[in-house]
Amino acid sequence: MNPDFIPWIILFLPLLAAVVIALFTQHDRKLSAGLSVGAVVAGFVLSLVFIKLNGWAPAHEVSVAWLTIGDLQADFGLHFDPLSLLMMLIVTGVASAIHIYSWGYMSEDRSLPRYFACLSLFTFSMLGIVLANNFLQLFIFWELVGVSSYLLIGFWFERPAAADAGKKAFITNRLGDFGFLLGILTAWAWFGSLNFAEVNKGVADWKGEHWLLTVAGLLIFCGAMGKSAQFPLHVWLPDAMEGPTPVSALIHAATMVAAGVYMLCRVFFIFTPDALTVIAWIGGFTALLSAVIAVQQDDIKRILAYSTLSQLGYMVMAVGLHGPTQAMFHLTTHAFFKALLFLGAGSVILAVHHEQDIWKMGGLRTKMPVTFWTFMVGTLALAGVPPFSGFYSKDGILAQAAQHSLPLFVVGAVVAALTTFYMFRLVFVAFLGKSRSEAAGHAQESPPVMVWPLRILAFFSVVGGLIGIEELYGTQLATEHTEHAVSFGQQLIGPFIHAPLAVGVGLLAVVIGYAAAYALYAKAAKDPLPEKLGALSRAMRNRFYFDELYQATVIRFHDFLAAAADWFDRCVIAGVGVRGTHGTTELAGRALRLLQTGNLQTYAFIFALGVALVLYMVLS
Amino acid sequence: MTAPSPNESSHLLSVLIFSPLAAAAVAAFIRSERLLRLWTLAFTSAIALFSLQLWARFDTKTADFQFVEVSRWIPTLGIKYSLGIDGISLLLVLLTTFIMPLCVLCSWRYIQTRVKEFMICLLIMQTAMTGVFCALDFVLFFVFWEAMLIPMALLIGVWGGPRKIYAALKFFVYTMSGSVFLLVAIIALRLKVGSFSIPDMMGHDYSPTFQIWVFLAFFISFAIKVPMFPFHTWLPAAHVEAPTAGSVLLASVLLKMGTYGFLRFSLPITPYATQVFTPYVLWLSVAAILYGGLTALAQTDLKKLVAYSSVAHMGFATLGIFALNQFGIQGAVLVMINHGVTTGALFIIVGIIYERLHTRDLAQTAGMGKRMPIFALFAGVFALSSLAFPGTNSFIGEFLVMSGGFQFAKTNPAFIVGMICIVPGVVLAAAYMLRMLQKVAYGGTSNPDHSHVLDLGLREILTLTPLLVLVFYIGLHPEPFTRVLDASVKHLLEQTRQVHPLAPYATLP
Repeated sequence: MNPDFIPWIILFLPLLAAVVIALFTQHDRKLSAGLSVGAVVAGFVLSLVFIKLNGWAPAHEVSVAWLTIGDLQADFGLHFDPLSLLMMLIVTGVASAIHIYSWGYMSEDRSLPRYFACLSLFTFSMLGIVLANNFLQLFIFWELVGVSSYLLIGFWFERPAAADAGKKAFITNRLGDFGFLLGILTAWAWFGSLNFAEVNKGVADWKGEHWLLTVAGLLIFCGAMGKSAQFPLHVWLPDAMEGPTPVSALIHAATMVAAGVYMLCRVFFIFTPDALTVIAWIGGFTALLSAVIAVQQDDIKRILAYSTLSQLGYMVMAVGLHGPTQAMFHLTTHAFFKALLFLGAGSVILAVHHEQDIWKMGGLRTKMPVTFWTFMVGTLALAGVPPFSGFYSKDGILAQAAQHSLPLFVVGAVVAALTTFYMFRLVFVAFLGKSRSEAAGHAQESPPVMVWPLRILAFFSVVGGLIGIEELYGTQLATEHTEHAVSFGQQLIGPFIHAPLAVGVGLLAVVIGYAAAYALYAKAAKDPLPEKLGALSRAMRNRFYFDELYQATVIRFHDFLAAAADWFDRCVIAGVGVRGTHGTTELAGRALRLLQTGNLQTYAFIFALGVALVLYMVLS
Repeated sequence: MTAPSPNESSHLLSVLIFSPLAAAAVAAFIRSERLLRLWTLAFTSAIALFSLQLWARFDTKTADFQFVEVSRWIPTLGIKYSLGIDGISLLLVLLTTFIMPLCVLCSWRYIQTRVKEFMICLLIMQTAMTGVFCALDFVLFFVFWEAMLIPMALLIGVWGGPRKIYAALKFFVYTMSGSVFLLVAIIALRLKVGSFSIPDMMGHDYSPTFQIWVFLAFFISFAIKVPMFPFHTWLPAAHVEAPTAGSVLLASVLLKMGTYGFLRFSLPITPYATQVFTPYVLWLSVAAILYGGLTALAQTDLKKLVAYSSVAHMGFATLGIFALNQFGIQGAVLVMINHGVTTGALFIIVGIIYERLHTRDLAQTAGMGKRMPIFALFAGVFALSSLAFPGTNSFIGEFLVMSGGFQFAKTNPAFIVGMICIVPGVVLAAAYMLRMLQKVAYGGTSNPDHSHVLDLGLREILTLTPLLVLVFYIGLHPEPFTRVLDASVKHLLEQTRQVHPLAPYATLP
């Protein structure tokens, strides 16, 4: 039996759950949550079954015709290859853990059914992106992910900050997405197809102008810039933390924001070296900028959000450095440990009664041991300490940078040091030392339904680097040499042999970062940096004023334009144009009325004048 | 143009056109207001179902006019009573017949005075609108075209808001002055061709200068009707003052007359002039998209907001038409249909707000959604549709239009700039729609008190549901709609002698 029907079920189960919850089970909290969780867990199990039956290779697709215009046809289809299958597994897997956790985290919220409906809608759209076999379909799900994110960021819409954050995310994304759409249209116009495989062929046979491809590639990259929050469209992601914490974990850390990177790898063939250089630098800059900002944030979720931005920058940089394999590898390990960190943060936030300022926590290690230890695992993985998963994936990117671009290698190393620094700052302040507030003093460990997902994600954060994920991506994406069939032992020490320089520098960065964090924060009662850094610290706390800058320029400007257009419409077009015509007509009428005096002599006089005039013209 | 195939002899179109008149005559004798409403609703619904026959029996293979009827009317002048539809007019006729029952439904409580006259006006409108889309004789066309004006002006002038007389007059004078040019063009064409038959006019070889004059006359007339920037000022005024049903008719059907005119007359009759003016019209369309979006952003009156968004949407339609290729035109027709569905729905939404709060001011409506979850759901879907969200109807139309624009830019690289200029327009659509949605559905920290407001009733849900279904049906399964258009649009392009080689590298098996 052909197992190709299974992914269709995996894709549509969450949608079914969302629709059923929205239409029928709004009143029943348990049933709604159960449906949503059931759909995604079933999706995870079915993904395993499908991969068991189908194997990772060969790459193939199934599709049905969707739209035919003239000679062109757009399909709705699913594409299976190691990239999409592994991603499907990650999405359903991480989403399962987070759905279960949400059940605990959101149990008191009165709109729980709405929450789960949105979450299921998100899972559906994300799977759609992962499995899409053509640009149009990818774009449709891309936007659908955007709208589910909008709904979830603004989930607590009573708070104006949440509603505004949702709108900001949507509009910023749309800006990027429109570039993406233009890129897709360019590809369609030039290659005559939307299907990835066909476009790939078209690019390979491309005889036309080189710069055209570069432009198309950069336009497509715009989409990734929006969704993966790359500079200068990065401003929405920190605000998106207004959403519930499990949402931050699933959407704004593990999966949706990674969709941009996934998309870049999916269409990697379209990028010319020039385009890749731009991509690498934007990624590198984003990584550095947000790591610096993260150093001076006090809100636990915002620290993690800037960390996410920074790590996304890392991945994008990896793509730009001709390393889609490394990018996807880091995406995968990051999905585990960043989801873990966010869920850990959620556990803390719930324990201290919705306090998010790390300077009001402290001493949580003994009160919440599981949360603390799993959070530590996440921290070590993110910092890149061997043998945690993050070490292997980060090292891959550093090695790639060392090979292609020295400046970006330096950026990568600095970011690694900063990452370690801000993460240990967080750990020292929030978990160690004494309680800094009453709420923190009374904190209790979270219930099992929340703790178990932490344990599972922690497990994968530890071993994620050693279970052959990179090799699997490599079989499909590697642009350079690959080595197959590596044993566990070889994987464990692999980086030390292949890229000793990168490992050395990477580890050095970790040590420096840790030492600095220890020196500054291990015993600190308040943040010492603002005094030491002065204006720089203020700038970091204020996120380098990007929001203010956009407020002052882009938003002010377009408000001004809108007002100007409105004024133009009322005064110039309706006023001068229309009233003017109307006025002229009326004036002419009035002027002519003066001639109609009703006086017979005047008429006779004018009549005589006319006759004279005619005679004169005829005779002369 | 091949002669209309006379093999189908049915009177389907005549029935569709004139039965509303008969219904209006019946309505004139009904006393009870309730019965009047019921009668009009029943009748328009029956017609909507009846018109599905067209859809079922329509042959998608041929570009010829179908359901053709020809008979003598004024033989001394060569004027005939001749009807027929192709794929483009088919969709528009169906849009008209389907929007009518919804107009009756949304006026159920809104209209409390002169109910009889109101219903009669609606029915006469239906006759005229259907007639415009079906007429194959230019004089007949013009008769219907002008016949529309009077009931519409009455709808605004009698049942409208505080400045109804001003708005009605503005509407009337504006469109009337456009019509004068149309009439001149018709007469000029008659003198060249010797007949008023539209298909005959299409086959004719006119001199370039003549074409340019005719095109310009058409253009003024149709551009006012669309309305294209900068001929649009009658639209916000008319919309703001019109009753809900009037706004719906105006947005859903009347605005399509202009673009329909471009497709039916400008392109096939004056192909040379079309080529000459294409770049200008395209740039005007880009301007309309940007200008409409920007102005919509500045509005605080909900109806004005939707009205200006119409200007932007119709900009997409004209952009697609004058891209002069298959994607563009098919996309444009879809945009026309989608705009009819979505904007019609948005006006009904605004009407629902007005019935409850007696205001359309954005600030006054803040936070209604909290009291009215069902309403918020509908408003959300239609707002998403209006900003061309993928999966909804508008996306597919605008996507095709933009593909068309790109095809055009391929041969005219200068227009790439135009395509890029659309970017802010599309972002603007998201901005003004979300602003409205957020305000109406969620509001801010301190909202006006809406505790007395009731959520949608069954009648209102019934009004909006068909449109909701269409939003998703066209959005998810556009194939049937594009298939209907395929042959007609191909033929139209042949007539403009401008069939762009569609993507020479084509494509999937």
